[in-house]
Amino acid sequence: MSMIHVTTTVNGDEVEFLCDPRETLLDVLRDRLSLTGAKEGCGTGDCGACSVTVDDRLVCSCLMLGAEAEGKSIGTIEGMADGEDLHPLQEKFIEYAALQCGVCTPGVLVATEALLKKNPDPTETEVRYWLAGNLCRCTGYDKIIRAVLDTAADLRKAS
Amino acid sequence: MEYHTPGSFDDAVAIASNADGVTRFLAGGTDVLVQLRADMVTPDVLIDIKHIAGVKDIALEDGGWRIGAAVAGAEMTEHPELGKDWPGVVEAMDLIGSTQIQGRATLVGNLCNGSPAADSVPALMAAGAEVSVVGASGTRRVPVQEIPAGPGKTNLKKGEVISAVHLPARGDNAGDAYLRFIPRTEMDIAVVGCGVSLRLDGAKITEARVSLGAVAPTVLLVEDAAKAIIGTTLDAAALDALAAAASAACNPIDDKRGTIAFRTHVAGVLAQRAAKIAYERAGGAK
Repeated sequence: MSMIHVTTTVNGDEVEFLCDPRETLLDVLRDRLSLTGAKEGCGTGDCGACSVTVDDRLVCSCLMLGAEAEGKSIGTIEGMADGEDLHPLQEKFIEYAALQCGVCTPGVLVATEALLKKNPDPTETEVRYWLAGNLCRCTGYDKIIRAVLDTAADLRKAS
Repeated sequence: MEYHTPGSFDDAVAIASNADGVTRFLAGGTDVLVQLRADMVTPDVLIDIKHIAGVKDIALEDGGWRIGAAVAGAEMTEHPELGKDWPGVVEAMDLIGSTQIQGRATLVGNLCNGSPAADSVPALMAAGAEVSVVGASGTRRVPVQEIPAGPGKTNLKKGEVISAVHLPARGDNAGDAYLRFIPRTEMDIAVVGCGVSLRLDGAKITEARVSLGAVAPTVLLVEDAAKAIIGTTLDAAALDALAAAASAACNPIDDKRGTIAFRTHVAGVLAQRAAKIAYERAGGAK
């Protein structure tokens, strides 16, 4: 099996890797680049635990091949905090206890950051529909939704 | 598995025509990669078409629209003009999957996946959309309703690939709509889907196309349902005739999402509701 050489950008850093053509971007991130924040929940695009951005577009990294990352700009949960300083969404998720087991949390945070970039003032309904592809089996979602809405309000005040 | 990134559709066709074993074209991958990972379809040759010029473009063309084969649903929804001409098509595409799926899923993929429950396909058929099919002997335009052949099957031959969807010029006094029934509000597969597109002269319907999804082995274009409302003002009698024609066209299966009786009934109800929305969008008061 010939390996494919891919040059891409992950969280602003240029990265090169070799991958099998069948490997997903999620496989590459976790197993070749040691970025284990994105999780494999279902592996079929239903649960959103593997959410990343590709050229600022939110996608499931389990439904994209590593080879397709050539020349793209990938954003993962590892790029969210600024060094030791957590992103306001991360701070707020802790404050609201908007997570329990934490497996869905990286995907939820990446998805939510993408929402607030696109729409700084979402309604509760908009947040719920935007996150319909991020399944959480612990929280019942309410704390997540409230944390997102409160973060959005804070960010609007700060800007 | 071989992975190819051709720079033209001619090259893509040449690779596919000469390939041994299972070949798949890759655009958004939201069906192809699910099938690959579930070991349902393991391609020997995977041809990624996203390096071909124009595949990510939504462009005006003869007063209508050309939508490249790799344009994602989110890009259609965000387009400032497309949804004004064809709101039903854009809304149908937008119903598919989550935000994440919308970032990758394409119209052409939805059509070529061959699901009878594909949400965008009834809307495309109702709109009178065509696709460009590229093969070894050149490119031909084919109406969308000639592509599906059965569950998971299309009429495309080995080596053929769809390069774009063409939506006709919308013209005046016209509107379209797509509705589906699912037992929740998001993230589900249509139990029944219905697309309607029509044109008015005053209050009277002069042209109409009605299409049904998930009620037969393929998405159906239902001419009798269109005939039931052409020449009418979508009055109560016309709506009754529309529902009867839509239900009569159904040949559904019983499964965990809906019974034959339920699907047959709901097809008529959705046809009425979609027709009312299309009628309002065309400028008729209802």
